[in-house]
Amino acid sequence: MTQEQTVYNRPLPAPGPVTQPFWDGLHEGKLVLQWSAKGQRAIYYPRSVSPYGPNDALTWRECSGRGTVYSFTVARRPTAPQWADAGDYVIAIVEIEEGARITTNIVNCPPDAVRIGMPVRAVFSAVTTETTLLFFEPA
Amino acid sequence: MSLKGKAAIVGVAEFKPSRYTQGATTLGMLAEVGMQAVADAGLELRDIDGLVTEAFAEAPMFAPATMVEYLGIDAKFAEVVDHGGATGAAMVLRAAMAISAGLCDRVLCVTAARREQRSNSGPRRSANTGWAGRRSDRTPYSEFEEPYGAIGANFGYALIAQRYMHEFALKPEQLARIAVAQRYNACHNPDAMFYGQPITIDDVLNSPVVVDPLHLLEIVMPVAGAAAVVVTSAETARKLPQPPVYILGAGEHTTHRSITYAPDLVRSPIKAAADAAFAMAGVRREDIDIASIYDCYTITVLVSLEDAGFAPKGAGGAFVDEHNLQFDGDFPLNPHGGQLSFGQAGIAGGMSHVTEAARQLMGRCGERQVKNADFAFVNGNGGIMSEQVSLIFGRDA
Repeated sequence: MTQEQTVYNRPLPAPGPVTQPFWDGLHEGKLVLQWSAKGQRAIYYPRSVSPYGPNDALTWRECSGRGTVYSFTVARRPTAPQWADAGDYVIAIVEIEEGARITTNIVNCPPDAVRIGMPVRAVFSAVTTETTLLFFEPA
Repeated sequence: MSLKGKAAIVGVAEFKPSRYTQGATTLGMLAEVGMQAVADAGLELRDIDGLVTEAFAEAPMFAPATMVEYLGIDAKFAEVVDHGGATGAAMVLRAAMAISAGLCDRVLCVTAARREQRSNSGPRRSANTGWAGRRSDRTPYSEFEEPYGAIGANFGYALIAQRYMHEFALKPEQLARIAVAQRYNACHNPDAMFYGQPITIDDVLNSPVVVDPLHLLEIVMPVAGAAAVVVTSAETARKLPQPPVYILGAGEHTTHRSITYAPDLVRSPIKAAADAAFAMAGVRREDIDIASIYDCYTITVLVSLEDAGFAPKGAGGAFVDEHNLQFDGDFPLNPHGGQLSFGQAGIAGGMSHVTEAARQLMGRCGERQVKNADFAFVNGNGGIMSEQVSLIFGRDA
């Protein structure tokens, strides 16, 4: 186990075959999501069937990483023990240009400056050597 | 097929909530409150031929069989319901369905939550341990939400409240008014956790913000407790000692689990559930004498009042300004104090909205009795406005 992994104590994803391309994309600094031909939008999170039905084709596509804050809250108290030392932090839903909504944190911004509708862009943050998480920052 | 008037609640039992239990098992609490409800109905355990339970700590699987064995009953219908806070209302709906289908006649619906006090050095529930202690890794939530601290329910309801305040006019004082009215009710309910502790709007607004914009006094406090009801056919109900509380309407609707993937943050699936329940019952909104609405947070109540059709969308703030929500007011809301002031005993907290509506229509609520109440609306809400079950109760079939 590397030094970084012992230091990072927050929950980490356990990707499976269906979701791995998404996590691989983040690792390469790209937001890669499944694109629904039928819905004409990106879907999140990746899944083995389309929420638009059986006659849909899901293909992996790189997204712009641009979006807006759909809603957010500032956690003034930790939502789980692993965030006890985090101070105030922002949990948000970001709606990306390609239509999907994503649960994330808004970073590189004072929590009290976050607003609904604020333009944001993807931040790819390697929290361990194996895992890159998808955050957003003001665009 | 309609369920209207086919079944009735004829027995109710509920434990006075407590902050903690010491050494109690959920199984034992379920059995005790279940037996009390059966006795309240004027029945013996051997009369019970249907059981609806939740998955609980000692039986995350095989919950109905465990309960059936522990109580020593013969069940022609044994069911587990997994609808979070809507479970209590969903149990009554499923019991009425089973009775209406002729599978069984006397169904015990039972919920309970133990709560052990833990020292800071003791074991903690890990972030990815779900209900009843089951590990729930490799879920969409452990993979796409928990890494961002999107854990528990507080943040989800805060996201709803923030979005609501972005789309519509709503003042923090208006949300606080809901908590204050329910505390008033609790101060007339000796069984409520916060009996004897009235609060003001300033108290709510001066309590710490936990997740913007929700203050501590707008958020339920977890407690231990238990609640159960007995549901039977209308025919059997008329032979039993309690005044029957008939199930006149029922509706259910589920659209998402995580609020991120909800079709709309401020328009919940309650609308479809409530519309179905009112249509089945043939009852109008203005006929409702008691609203027993799931209240994990103040914002939950506000959105529910709108989506259930009591106030137009976006006008919930004005509604709580214009109405007196106390049990002795013009729009009696959660006369037991709601979970905000009665206490949220896990799944039994949701059931408290069923038990209170039933007790009120039976006329058993003492100081907090709503006068001349004929119809009650009950809403159960699970997840983050995810799973919705609406019921309409009446004193006549």
